[in-house]
Amino acid sequence: MQVANKLSPFFENLNFERDDNTMVINFGPQHPSAHGQLRLVLELDGEQVVKAYPDIGYLHRGIEKMAENMTYNEFLPTTDRLDYIASTSNNYAYALAVEKLIGVEAPRRAQVIRTMLLELNRVISHLFFVATHALDVGAMSVFLYAFREREFAMDLMEDYCGARLTHSAVRIGGVPLDLPAGWLENAAAFCDKVDHEVEHTYGALLNENRIWKMRLEDVGVISAEDALSWGCTGPMLRGSGVQYDIRKEEPYELYSELDFDIPVSDRCDSYGRFRLYMEEMKQSTRIIRQLIPMHAETSPELMAHAPQYISAPKEEIMTQNYALMQHFVLVTQGMRPPKGEVYVPTESPKGELGFYIKSEGEPYAYRLKCRAPSFFHTGLLQELLVGTYIADVVTIIGTTNIVFGEVDR
Amino acid sequence: MRKYVPKDNVQGKSYYTDRFWVAPRVPRSEVEDEHFAAVVTALGDLAKESYVEIGQLVVHIDATNNFTVLKTLKEKCGYTQCSEQSAVDYLAKDGEFELFYQLLNVNEAKRVRVVCRIKNGEAIESVEPLFKSANFAEREMFDMFGIKVNNHPFLKRIIMPDDWEGHPLLKTYPLHGDEFASWYEVDKIFGKEYRDIIGPENRDPAKVDRHDTKRFSRVGYEVPFGADISEGETEKAIEYSETLLVNYNKKASKQLDERR
Repeated sequence: MQVANKLSPFFENLNFERDDNTMVINFGPQHPSAHGQLRLVLELDGEQVVKAYPDIGYLHRGIEKMAENMTYNEFLPTTDRLDYIASTSNNYAYALAVEKLIGVEAPRRAQVIRTMLLELNRVISHLFFVATHALDVGAMSVFLYAFREREFAMDLMEDYCGARLTHSAVRIGGVPLDLPAGWLENAAAFCDKVDHEVEHTYGALLNENRIWKMRLEDVGVISAEDALSWGCTGPMLRGSGVQYDIRKEEPYELYSELDFDIPVSDRCDSYGRFRLYMEEMKQSTRIIRQLIPMHAETSPELMAHAPQYISAPKEEIMTQNYALMQHFVLVTQGMRPPKGEVYVPTESPKGELGFYIKSEGEPYAYRLKCRAPSFFHTGLLQELLVGTYIADVVTIIGTTNIVFGEVDR
Repeated sequence: MRKYVPKDNVQGKSYYTDRFWVAPRVPRSEVEDEHFAAVVTALGDLAKESYVEIGQLVVHIDATNNFTVLKTLKEKCGYTQCSEQSAVDYLAKDGEFELFYQLLNVNEAKRVRVVCRIKNGEAIESVEPLFKSANFAEREMFDMFGIKVNNHPFLKRIIMPDDWEGHPLLKTYPLHGDEFASWYEVDKIFGKEYRDIIGPENRDPAKVDRHDTKRFSRVGYEVPFGADISEGETEKAIEYSETLLVNYNKKASKQLDERR
């Protein structure tokens, strides 16, 4: 061990003197490729990883504890801070869990808007993945192009809800606003743009790129059995040949009415997963295109009618005494869902994002557990990294697409 | 008289409570679904109570049977993924923890929640040999609730630091952190004897001292490292604005006298 004093400082990144021939290095917690605060303790034999130990918790904010001390509506903006790359999917997963608990369904226009926002967030998140993954592996220009398109998507989100990163664009029981004028046309134009870019820019730059394939093919191989056992979901599971997408298998919102495919890869490696992300972006734009004409066919209600749990529309509050009273109670005390427990899974861009809520009939949740996909994908690293070379570590971390907001919560 | 605050649950309470309010319950239905019925049959006597709540089968079991039940579910009923595993703190009410395992059958697209209860201080058997996802989930449960897990390969704190005291998701854990939590960084970096020197007001790491040229850069107005730039001026304490009733700058007792 090192003996540290003022003259010979402690090298926290390196540990030289060990009995065997291995070297222990600290990857992170401030490594640019760690996608947040991941500290990965790697034991190396030469360039080969012998042991990997992911150390998390550097971004822990106690979100589950906060949920136990906030009313249900108060907590919704906090969910933005889970997977901050695609906030609406967190807002939605939480709102859906509470809606299932109180037995409320959002009106159809709200469903159209929510589904559109969810898919837009999927595109934002996948663009971010392609950009940063390519940057980590060494393809700089893809990052620039992908972030350009991501900017357009964020502009769309900004047009809708005024925020670019922490959207809070969904409410329990519906959505707060209708789409602004011209939004649908912009969304359609954006879909065309993304389809074109996925095919002709990122696809053309990466799909058959020899260096890219050498870096990704047969790197980070997960068998289907392992993927299930480690709790992998989303592209990590479908990249291992298991065709399971919650949007198709346990449909929520309008997904049962929409026509889309679930891409699946049996390559089980990083390249297969990368191609999945590219394909999913095309499927998302396909869904958004189908939703655009559906918006005009719906009636303009945006929030569900359940005055016991959700405030009545402004007009009713201002004209009817009882609606005003109920609104006052909801604002000052918060809604009181019935006693019971619920676990609602949704397909977030990263995988299965589920909220378990245990309610004791109080305005505060008795227990809220956020089942974050990235948490389990981080756990997988301790097995996946063993036996790989240090140059592939960055590729494998990139391909798991972990976001530390939801790993540490 | 000072208001009584229960020590076994220090979480936020609803300000307004209606003592005649009886909370309804989310409807629970009998197991009618064919697949779920087969699951309950496969479990046999192991299932103490089973019902369907919001589309998912909930099975209550004895905590000692957790490994057997999950093994049966995995090998006979096709529940190959453990999505989530955690606990709920019922120590104040029943002196127990409620543990749940959320399982997924990928082929049937069905979900089962296995629920069991353990007394405070009891340990639970690890299901890591069946589901590797339980490796991280059980560590998190240990970290957050202090529930020991037998035969876990590496039961160690995961989110909080290794030398942390207390388990944050317990209902007895104060919301603003306890004594240990608030002094954690000072104790660790400087040592316990520095608590008095630093004081609670300077514990905040975001404190900025404009005369300090050792730790703060002066972009555009650079001076040598450690140079004294105060020119005899001392750092003044933050002054709070005076309000009609309370003058924070004076001592409270005097001020009350004046108001009288």
